[in-house]
Formats: sequence, C-alpha cells, structure tokens
Amino acid sequence: MSKQMKSTIAYTLLILGSVIMIFPFVWMVSTSLKTALDVYTLSIFPENPTFGNYLRIFQDTLFGKWFINSIIIAVVTTLSVAFFDTLVGYIIAKFKFIGKTIIFIAILSTLMVPTEMLIIPWYLMSSQFGWVDNYWGLLFPGLMTGFGVFLMKQFMEGIPDDLLDAARVDGLGEFKIFWKIAIPQVWPAISALCIFTFLSNWNAFLWPLIVLESAEIFTLPVGLSFFASGEFESQWELIMAGATITALPLILVFFLLQRHIIKGITLTGLK
Amino acid sequence: MAETTTTTTSQPLKPKPKKRKSRLTLKQSKYLFVYSCLLLPLIFYITIRFYPTLYTFNIGFREWNILSPEKPFVGMENYVALAQDPVFRKSLWNTLIFIVFGVSGQVVIGLAIALLLQRINKFVGVFRVIYFIPYVTSIVAVSWVFRWLFMNNGIINEFLVNIGIPPQLFLNSPDQAIYIIIGTMVWQALGFQMVIFLAGLENIPKMFYEAAEVDGANSWHKFKSVTLPLLNPTIVFSVVIGSINFIQVSFTQVVNMSVNAAGGPLHSTITIVVYIYQLAFRQYSMGLASAATVILFLIVLAITIFQMKVLSRKFDY
Repeated sequence: MSKQMKSTIAYTLLILGSVIMIFPFVWMVSTSLKTALDVYTLSIFPENPTFGNYLRIFQDTLFGKWFINSIIIAVVTTLSVAFFDTLVGYIIAKFKFIGKTIIFIAILSTLMVPTEMLIIPWYLMSSQFGWVDNYWGLLFPGLMTGFGVFLMKQFMEGIPDDLLDAARVDGLGEFKIFWKIAIPQVWPAISALCIFTFLSNWNAFLWPLIVLESAEIFTLPVGLSFFASGEFESQWELIMAGATITALPLILVFFLLQRHIIKGITLTGLK
Repeated sequence: MAETTTTTTSQPLKPKPKKRKSRLTLKQSKYLFVYSCLLLPLIFYITIRFYPTLYTFNIGFREWNILSPEKPFVGMENYVALAQDPVFRKSLWNTLIFIVFGVSGQVVIGLAIALLLQRINKFVGVFRVIYFIPYVTSIVAVSWVFRWLFMNNGIINEFLVNIGIPPQLFLNSPDQAIYIIIGTMVWQALGFQMVIFLAGLENIPKMFYEAAEVDGANSWHKFKSVTLPLLNPTIVFSVVIGSINFIQVSFTQVVNMSVNAAGGPLHSTITIVVYIYQLAFRQYSMGLASAATVILFLIVLAITIFQMKVLSRKFDY
C-alpha cells in the first residue's frame, strides 16, 4: 500500500470518528432550539428556531442559582486543593523532620480508599454538626487530596536544594521561600492539578446528591438531573437547553486553554 | 518596615521583630514552619479521611438502621447477607462487565486514534481538540443527551429504520441498556486515553522503528514488536485509571441514564456504587451499605496492587 493511500485511509477514519464525537453536541443544541411541537421532527436544522426554551429555564427554574453554586464550589475547592496539596508536597519533598515517612505513607494510603466508603460517616457528621444542605457540607470532603500531595511532591523534588538554601542565606522566611521561590518552579504541575480538581468538582454528583436537600443550593449536575427526571420529564427541548447551559461553559474554557490542558494531562499521566 | 515603626512607637519596650527572629536557629525556624503548615492538613486527614474509614469498617460488622439508637455487633452477618443477596451479586457482575468492556473498549479505540493521528501531517491539532471535547463536558449533560439520542422514537432508531433495521429498545431493554451506558462512558473518555497514548508513543525512540525497518519489518510487525512492548507501562496506567473510573463514575451515568434512575430495567444496569447508595440512602441499612463499601474497597485495593506489581516489573527491550 502506498504511503498516500495509507494517509487517505487515516483521514477517512478520523473524520468518521469526528462525526461520532461531534454529532451528540449538534443534536443537543439543535433540539434546544426547537419548539415543543417540532421536537420529534428529527431534523438537524430547527424549522422554527427559538430561544424560548432557554428563557423558560431561567424563568421557571433555579438554573442561574445552580450555575453560581457550581462555580463557587469548584473555585473554592480548587484553590484549597492547590494551596494545601502544594504546601504539603513541598514540605515532604524538601524537609527532614520527625514523622515524615509516616505522614507521607498515611496520606498516600488515602488514595486507596474509595470515596464511597466515606460517604456514610460524612453524612452522619454533616447531620450532627448541621452541615447538611449548605456550602460547607458540600465543600469539606474535597478540601485536600492525596493525589495532589503525591503529584506535587514528585515535582518539588526536582527543585535544587541550593536554590532554597541561597534564599535562606539572603534572610527570606520559610513561607516566603515556598511562595516566591518554590511555587514558580512547579507552575505547570499546579495548573494541571487545578484543571483536574476543577473538572472533578464540576462533575461531582454522588456527594452533592446526598448532602443537598433544597433546590436553592443544588449544583448544576444535581439540578439538571432533578429537573430532567422531575418537573420537565420527557420535555426534551427543555432538557437539552439545560444540558447545553451545563456543558457549554467548560467547553468554552477548554477552547481557551486547550494547549495547557492537554499538556497538563500528559504531564501528570507520565509522572 | 511600616509595621516595625508602629510597634516600636506604641510599645517601645518590646524587642524588635528582627531581634526575636534571630533568637531562633535556622533549624528551629524550619521545624516551626514544617509543623505549623502540617497542622491543618493533619487535622483534615485524621477527621475527614482516617476516622471515617475506620468507622465504616466498624459499622460493616453491625446491624444499624439509621433511626435506631443501638448498633448491635453482628459479626460477619452483613457480609453473609450480601453474598446471598441476588441484587448485590448482580451489581458485582455488572461492575465487572463495566470494567471489562469499558476499559478494553476505551484502550483499544484510544490507542487506535493515537496511532491514526501519528500517520497524518495536517489537522492533527484540530482532530485532537475534537476528540477531547467530550472529556471536558459535564457527565450529567452527556447522560441526558445520549438518553435522548437513544430514545424509542429518537434519532438513532429513526436512522436504523431508514437503513432497514427494526427499531431497538436500547435503554429500555435489559440486554442492551448496560452496553449503551458503557458506550457513552467510552465515548466520553476517549480523548483522555488518546492524549495519554500520544504522549506514550512520542516517548518511543525513533531508532527502534528504523532498526525494525532495516530488518524488513512491515507495519504490523513494527506495531507488535516495537510499539506494543514499549507502550506497556502507558497501557497499564490507562487500564488502572480506566477501571477505577468505571467503578466510581459509572454511578452518575447509571442514575441519569437507567430508566428508573436506580439501575433498571430489572437491575440490568445496577452497579455496586449505585446499590451502596440505595442501601444507605433509600433503605437506610447503614450496616449492609458499609459492608458493601468494604467489598468495594477490597476491589479497588486489588486493582492498585496489580498496578504496582506490573509497573514495578522491569522491562527488557
């Protein structure tokens, strides 16, 4: 087979695959622009395109509120994970102290415990301390992660000790050394950690489903699921409008940051 | 600077901060830094991770409905009850199907896409973005879009009828539903697998291929004797990540895609995590649910040990 032909076959297969990857999105947006009467006509281009479904969602449901809740939860969790995991990773990588090995092994061992094993005690804690149905209850389980500590320790080990000692000689305090010298060295790893944390929190479903009760405090995934299987059951034009609102922001962020994101995944995958 | 001046003017007798600092040796100030930074993380790990883990192990040996004040110790009774529970056995079996078909599907297709991308020169970036988009899309949104695609009177059945195939039940069929959910998950995870494999492929030195070409190897031989063995660590990594993903994330997909939101029809899509959720938060049998999570823990542990064993094995090229 000639090289020319091989690449033609490769292009054909890749284009066919791309259609499969993109069609669900096209269908989602197309359905969301249809009227309730046209929703079963199954044409890609809506006959009477309308934004009415979007208007109705923002008027009749709390989608806007859920959106803000999701952003708050994902941003606060990501900041906390980025700060604490980087700090703990730095300390374990760069300091000798009593209890270091035990602390590191203990944190690593939490990676083997699936979240599902913790939800029952978390729920009992939450109901005892009044954390059910509020932001803190939603947030507290994800504030630090073993994965992030491990990842950041691997990268912090690459920083030369001389660099840190030179800063000490210059009279910089320990926290300033961490903040001003160490962090800039591992910036790509921190941004990769942020991307993963943000994505998994944006998608979090099991714990929010358990700890949330009232609609005002739902996150987008819980809200969409609740509304698609409840009030708007089988009204596909409305459900697809809701799905578009839920899906679109992250896709837009991805287009802006795609180089960083793909590089970040490669980076963490190979470490 | 400003701070120093204010403290000296208001409390002239207090030693200047600079002097106080010099009283600590470098070693002491390091220790002070280390332990004060670890304080909050240690409290977090002890109260939010370790204590709950031990608590769940303990409750797994007790009979406890959330409303009753007593939690009598029942030994292995919960585990025996689960072993005899047909729904639990079904959920274990389904979890295995999720892992076997889902992981092999995403590894094979993800690798194929990466290999195809290596063969072309133009539009590599465009294809990479297209295949990656589903990975950054909300899982719940994707679940409902696929539910709509696979509706009885949805677009896919319409397409099948047009090419002469009778319409299928898909998510309403106890035989097909689980595979539709697995397919959706594979579709969404492909981009991640592709990126991992592309990086793995780039790390294979070109000289191995050149050497194989000198020996007269064709594409298939090159793939079998160079690409596959050298890619082995990447494949193991993506199998392990994929397995854990299919065990845990499948909860979101099953709840949103199964016809009764609980692993239907006829428990045909119920997975272990979905069943744990039902035991704990629908039936409030916390003892049984805890025992089931311990079994889940053992499965995840086995997969992790497998990963460490295989990855630490030395590869001879």
